[in-house]
Amino acid sequence: MSMPCHLKRCSRPVAGKAPVGVLALQGDVSEHISAFETVIRELGQDIRVIPVRKPEEIPSLSALAIPGGESTTIMRLIDKNHMRECIRSFEGGIFATCAGMVASAREVTEETRFTPLDLADITVSRNAFGRQRESFEADLSINGFEPPFHAVFIRAPIITRAGSDVRVLAEIPRGIVAVQKDKRLILSFHPEISHDLRLHHYFLSEVLSR
Amino acid sequence: MILEDLRFGTELIKRGFASMQKGGVIMDVVSAEQAGIAEDAGAVAVMALERVPADIRAAGGVARMADPKKITEIMDTVSIPVMAKARIGHFVEAQVLESLGVDMIDESEVLTPADEEYHIDKSRFTVPFVCGARDLGEALRRVSEGAAMIRTKGEAGTGNVVEAVRHNRAILGEIRRLKGLEEIELVRRARQLEAPAELVIETASRQRLPVVNFSAGGIATPSDAALMMQLGSDGVFVGSGIFKSQQPELMAKAIVEAVNHWNEPAVIAEVSKGLGEAMRGLDVHALPPEEVLQTRGW
Repeated sequence: MSMPCHLKRCSRPVAGKAPVGVLALQGDVSEHISAFETVIRELGQDIRVIPVRKPEEIPSLSALAIPGGESTTIMRLIDKNHMRECIRSFEGGIFATCAGMVASAREVTEETRFTPLDLADITVSRNAFGRQRESFEADLSINGFEPPFHAVFIRAPIITRAGSDVRVLAEIPRGIVAVQKDKRLILSFHPEISHDLRLHHYFLSEVLSR
Repeated sequence: MILEDLRFGTELIKRGFASMQKGGVIMDVVSAEQAGIAEDAGAVAVMALERVPADIRAAGGVARMADPKKITEIMDTVSIPVMAKARIGHFVEAQVLESLGVDMIDESEVLTPADEEYHIDKSRFTVPFVCGARDLGEALRRVSEGAAMIRTKGEAGTGNVVEAVRHNRAILGEIRRLKGLEEIELVRRARQLEAPAELVIETASRQRLPVVNFSAGGIATPSDAALMMQLGSDGVFVGSGIFKSQQPELMAKAIVEAVNHWNEPAVIAEVSKGLGEAMRGLDVHALPPEEVLQTRGW
């Protein structure tokens, strides 16, 4: 099903100026693009944000966002477009929200239709809060962020187990909703649509400084 | 997180749900088995129905909300969102669908309207709504009533894309013509469009509808789906086009890929090979006026 990523050598990342990519297979791609564009402008940086549809575009990025959408659809298209290995071996930052969290998991509870990408040692449960009528907005305490973060959960997944090398940034009674693994930030909710862009700032400064 | 402070069914939550569907194909299904086929093919959501529009046409009579038992069976089968249709103005059908837990309600002209004066007050519901529109005024009236997603009406159950194209061009063309107008001109335009001025002003400045805009009504092939994407749609609904085709599984997968690669004719060519016959189409111009669905609602 997946092909190895042979493309790493042909396009080395250019430090500092390499574009940020948003995986543009399905989901709220334009919201991710405009959120990153806003933050890059605020940081006074000269970095492009581009939609990514082909595996060969991935190795030269500084970071890749895996957007919200339908995880079954996105995973199917990742494999159909031979992007699995390029994402797995990508050394830049990963910014994954909602369906992106499902895609990034090592394990997805009761999921037989696809194999997730294993970008962090986490077990994820899909639609953990229920159906759309149970989707909600709330102020969420995240380690290191004051005041609390305005978070939008839409048919959101939750992390039921995180490995010891994964840093938990936010946890609610139901489970873990934000983690970091090195340059990979994985979130249950959608900062790209809540207009609270502090996690984007944090992510870009982490990614660009390393 | 303080659990009492959770806010459900806000405009941001409803429109956010619609945004997650972008770039996707939403498929009409009439059984749990079809829903499974749609999910396996990569549909982002399914529309649970008693009959697909082509069969609604053939059956005649009053078309109503689907049997809650069928909707529940479909919801229990798939993990992707499940949508269902309520009659225009039939807010009790919508209440029933909300209580079942459907993820989005389509207030649809495909069913027989229950109110010829008023659409449902969608802002009173927790679940988001999608509504059909033929032009910008109609689209913005629905948004002002609380619709979180707009779709072109097209002419459902015909397998003929011409009306979806017409409605999509009408909406996007009208948005382009708002460009460069001064605020007082936009307010006047709003009166002509019979739409709220603030929504017309927002649409003019963003140069797109305030909500996600899908295409529907007559999409029957991968090329039809890619045509609507190239014309500027955020995604497509495919009704009769999949399960009225000769090989629904292949057709479903091919349409998903055509929407993913909407700008790559070679890919669309490849996925279009050997699909067998698409659904048999109808000439929209030959339909007697009482059989035209798009004129329901206003």
